[in-house]
Amino acid sequence: MPQIFHPSTNTIARASVFGGLALIAVAVYAGNAFLRSSYVTQVDVVRDQPVPFSHDHHVAGLGIDCRYCHSTVETSAFAGMPATEVCMGCHSQIWKDSALLAPLRESYEKGKPLKWTRVYDVPDFVYFNHSIHVAKGIACQSCHGPVDRMPLMRKATTLHMEWCLACHRHPELAVRPREEVLRFNRSSTRQAGTVSDGTFELRRPMARDPELVRQGEELVKQYGIATKQLTDCVICHR
Amino acid sequence: MSDAMHAADRSAAQFAGGRFPRGGRAFWRSLEEYSRTPAFEELLHREFPSQLDQWNDPIGRRRFLTLMAASLALGGIAGCTRPPQETIVPYVKAPEELVPGKPLFYATAMPRGGYALGLLVESHMGRPTKIEGNPEHPASLGATDAIAQASILSLYDPDRSQTVMHRGAISTWDKFITELSGQREKLVASGGAGLRILTETITSPTLAGQLRALLKELPESRWHQYDPSAPDNARAGARQAFGQDADVVYHFEKADVVLSLDADFLLSLPGSVRYARDFIDRRRASGGSGGMNRLYVVESTPTITGATADHRLPLRPSQMERLAMAIAARLGVEGANTTAASPPGVSQQWFTALAEDLASNRGRSLVIAGAGQPPAVHALVHAINAALENAGQTVSYIEPVEAQPVIHHESLSELLRDIDAGNVQTLVILGGNPVYSVPDSYEFVDRLAKVRERIHLSEYYDETSFLCDWHIPAAHYLESWSDARAFDGTATILQPLISPLYEGKTAHEVLTVLQGQTGRSAFEIVQEHWKRQLGNEDFGRAWRKALHDGVVAGTEVQASGEVSAPRLDEVRGPRSEAGDQRVGNGIEVEFRLDPTLGDGSLSNNGWLQELPKPLSKIVWDNVASLSAIAAQRLGIASGDVIEVTLDGRTLRAPAWITPGQPDDCIGLTLGYGRNRSGRVGTGVGYRAASIMPAGGSRFASGATVKRTGDKHPISTTQNHHAMEGRDIVRVTTQQRFAQDPQHRSESSHGHELPSLYPEYDYTTGNAWGMVIDQTACIGCNACVVACQAENNIPIVGKEQVAVGREMHWLRIDSYHVGGLDNPETYFQPMMCVHCEKAPCEVVCPVAATVHDSEGTSNMIYNRCVGTRYCSNNCPYKVRRFNFLAYTDETTPSLKLLRNPDVTVRSRGVMEKCSYCIQRISAGRIAAKLDNRPIADGEVITACQQACPTRAIVFGNLNDQRSEVRRLKESPLNYGVLAELNTQPRTTYLARIVNPHPDLPIPDAAETHGEAQVHAEPDKAHS
Repeated sequence: MPQIFHPSTNTIARASVFGGLALIAVAVYAGNAFLRSSYVTQVDVVRDQPVPFSHDHHVAGLGIDCRYCHSTVETSAFAGMPATEVCMGCHSQIWKDSALLAPLRESYEKGKPLKWTRVYDVPDFVYFNHSIHVAKGIACQSCHGPVDRMPLMRKATTLHMEWCLACHRHPELAVRPREEVLRFNRSSTRQAGTVSDGTFELRRPMARDPELVRQGEELVKQYGIATKQLTDCVICHR
Repeated sequence: MSDAMHAADRSAAQFAGGRFPRGGRAFWRSLEEYSRTPAFEELLHREFPSQLDQWNDPIGRRRFLTLMAASLALGGIAGCTRPPQETIVPYVKAPEELVPGKPLFYATAMPRGGYALGLLVESHMGRPTKIEGNPEHPASLGATDAIAQASILSLYDPDRSQTVMHRGAISTWDKFITELSGQREKLVASGGAGLRILTETITSPTLAGQLRALLKELPESRWHQYDPSAPDNARAGARQAFGQDADVVYHFEKADVVLSLDADFLLSLPGSVRYARDFIDRRRASGGSGGMNRLYVVESTPTITGATADHRLPLRPSQMERLAMAIAARLGVEGANTTAASPPGVSQQWFTALAEDLASNRGRSLVIAGAGQPPAVHALVHAINAALENAGQTVSYIEPVEAQPVIHHESLSELLRDIDAGNVQTLVILGGNPVYSVPDSYEFVDRLAKVRERIHLSEYYDETSFLCDWHIPAAHYLESWSDARAFDGTATILQPLISPLYEGKTAHEVLTVLQGQTGRSAFEIVQEHWKRQLGNEDFGRAWRKALHDGVVAGTEVQASGEVSAPRLDEVRGPRSEAGDQRVGNGIEVEFRLDPTLGDGSLSNNGWLQELPKPLSKIVWDNVASLSAIAAQRLGIASGDVIEVTLDGRTLRAPAWITPGQPDDCIGLTLGYGRNRSGRVGTGVGYRAASIMPAGGSRFASGATVKRTGDKHPISTTQNHHAMEGRDIVRVTTQQRFAQDPQHRSESSHGHELPSLYPEYDYTTGNAWGMVIDQTACIGCNACVVACQAENNIPIVGKEQVAVGREMHWLRIDSYHVGGLDNPETYFQPMMCVHCEKAPCEVVCPVAATVHDSEGTSNMIYNRCVGTRYCSNNCPYKVRRFNFLAYTDETTPSLKLLRNPDVTVRSRGVMEKCSYCIQRISAGRIAAKLDNRPIADGEVITACQQACPTRAIVFGNLNDQRSEVRRLKESPLNYGVLAELNTQPRTTYLARIVNPHPDLPIPDAAETHGEAQVHAEPDKAHS
């Protein structure tokens, strides 16, 4: 009985088995990389805004407190966006003829609100609350990054659920003393989980400073953060 | 058509034969269950009939595969898109006190039937989203009813009238002003001759002031009133008895014995929300000074008041007068006909017990007559209350709250006579829908046509608008400045929550046009009125306080001791002849306001249309209730269309066999059968006003009933979600409970049950739990609609309900015990009980339903893939699945309605009661911001907040001092299906009844309080 398959078929079969597996692995890797790419997450992508507002200038340059504009960050789920009249508080006096501020003046005169493009946006089934995070020692910087060095606003973190959960599982790595919540630090001296630009990112246990971890654990206790509860689904989804 | 819908039909022949002995202790929910028809057994064993019926779907295999492939491909593509880019739109000038993300509450009131129910309305960024009761308002005390809860949906109803119409063409307010201003000159010249104004009940002091000013300026004009819910008989009865107008205010908190003669005082009086609270506060086992009260109800068509009674007696409405007279005679009321005997159907034992109970509780009893009963009964009741020394104690008489107390049907007849005489040229109808609501016997439509100029102000372009020259869209009460008074006279200033969405106008503004004061806003008019009342001195402060509190302090009417002793001269006349002339031959017909839809003005409200009737659980229809015996005699089954003929007018209505309905009496309800209601309400049900007799009477005899042979499918939720004959409802008597209060606890905490699942430590932090007091639940449905409003629950429509797909998270099961002639009724609100060992959670393949550390069972919608395993495994049948995309996501106005704190669910997602997790979350964050524990009563669920009787108590079980903890320790506390070891967090307090010692105790409480059910265990499946 003649052989049906040529001997080279063995090679082809082997190659296709391993090749197939490799292909799946590559596809998974590529898909994963794609989903985490800034194309999808929009991290570090600057958005068009009606007015090219510079946090760099206002925060680092002028030293204006975050809460001057984001006035409800300590009381409400929504941090608040400044009403046109807040901007005009200064800009009716300074830079009052700037072409860049024309939309602002128009808004004030015509009573038509500005429409800012959302940079940080969680899905509608996520109920994020600013006030409780700020009260429990989570710094602006941990999520929003070095805003004081952003001439134009961009997203600093992915807001992926795994990223949120990293902190909710280990709040001791992210809490800071309350008085430092609104400050922007250059280094990772205040939180065990912070990387260089101040943004929260979970580090491997080996890379954590044990002293900072201990400090964090103490703050968790002091602030009454119910660690057990933080990973309940309904803390964010309901 | 599904079997669920028609299961009722097949039972027709079986129920009446008495397969079950009367007085059996079995609980049943419907006739099908009562008679255990094969159809019901099948329904029971299929458990989810809705989900099997879909195999009848005509889609073939090929088509199915095509669709699946397409949806897979499209679904995959959809998954690759980024979420839409969103914008943030801050204010130009931020309003004071508004914190984005936090709701504000404003006090206002809902005028219904003219009377105010005080409300606090939740507003998110200027959008009113939820209605709560105002704790400082005497008619509310913080609670609401179903209609008030649902009224927020009507605000956003896209079918509301959006423009001025002139003879069927779109017009403008300015044109209306021009036209009317032109006419005004002529009117002023003639002194207003030919001008007639028709309103509903008016309690608004400002509007009444405007009307009076207008009548003064135009002395030849007239103001008429017609309101289908006006208490004409009570008004006439007071006149008969006292020779003057008086409103009655009841003090149920002082009454030990209450007798209701056809009065549904727990649901349908202007003060019902308050009365329900006062009444039930005297029934709690745990509290209440002076012991538990006792309620006797004599009524025809069963109501929730009858269901709450310790002793209910079905009696035809025409017999009520005879009974009242007999009671009066027995109690020695002066002027009563001493030869009067109680009507047949009232046993001597019953009558004696009642009379003795009343006589031995002088000053602490209360007799109340129903709005549908003739004036004579009201007069008799006044005399009985006076003889029992109740006047001034449990009953007080006040100056009428209505601005101009009239007997509405007389006022209407006067108007019609004027029209016939050609005296009416201009008719201004301010609110109301008389073309629909006036009984056909008045021939209102023909008369209306004789009026030269007809002007109608209403929220919808309705039946009346259609026949009028001018239609002005009315502002919703949440869009209006106005004022109104409560049942006790307390005034509330209505403030708007939002600018009129559709340029609606208030009655105040329409009157300014007639007054020649065009351009004055309702705000100015209302403020000016109150400036006069509150005084100019420091008015700003008094005004703000009145707005803030939602009541104007000191405006309640003080009880006057001035009413004379009631006289019965007018009553005695016709009654002295022993016969019952009015009880003619044939069948009696009773007309009532619908228990969910009221007078029909909110008939385009889907929440109310889909709200199950308290007893029959019928949705999207009204029916003609009749007793089983009557049905058998006439050969009618539930769902058969019958023809009811009364005085030559005929009505076609679907029959419904109603347990507890007296024989030879058909119960019809008003509020349905609208021709021009909107997309939701048009063409639903029959219009009972088409055969209603003229005059104040709400019943008539001499009707004939005929089978037509037609069928009308009725959707009822009564058989859905049956928990199949287990020990669900527990009932005991007050006497037994007093003797042996600990008995219950032994039976409910017998032994530890084994469990496969690991224990979780809930002893730290909060442990949320709920207790529902079945003694306090009156089945009023307020919680059901409150839940719907709070949690963005969609409506599904009649057909979907028929296949068991209603979405209400909270349902009120009603269970009956006893025979069909007069069964006992027990209500049990049922929603997710948040089992600590939740059977639903372990079967979810994607962990979309999980527990949190505080013990609530949660649905994580974004994880749910819709396997429905959880629903299959839920013994309480409380999970609801979005079979279709029920939520209307396209109508722009409805988007404003949604609670922003609750996810709007789409198709393919399971949902259920969440214990209002958004409220828990808000309370938790508020407490954590202050570093304190959550106080008891800080987090309340929507159902709890709405409940008039405080039957629902929610709180932290780990808080030793919490109310819920206290109730959990009550011996009456038990968990439904606790024998399954689900360890439910929601438990129930057994219902306590307080029967007269000489009368038989209720069947449900017979065997030592343990109601046994008759389901054969071998057939039970779990």
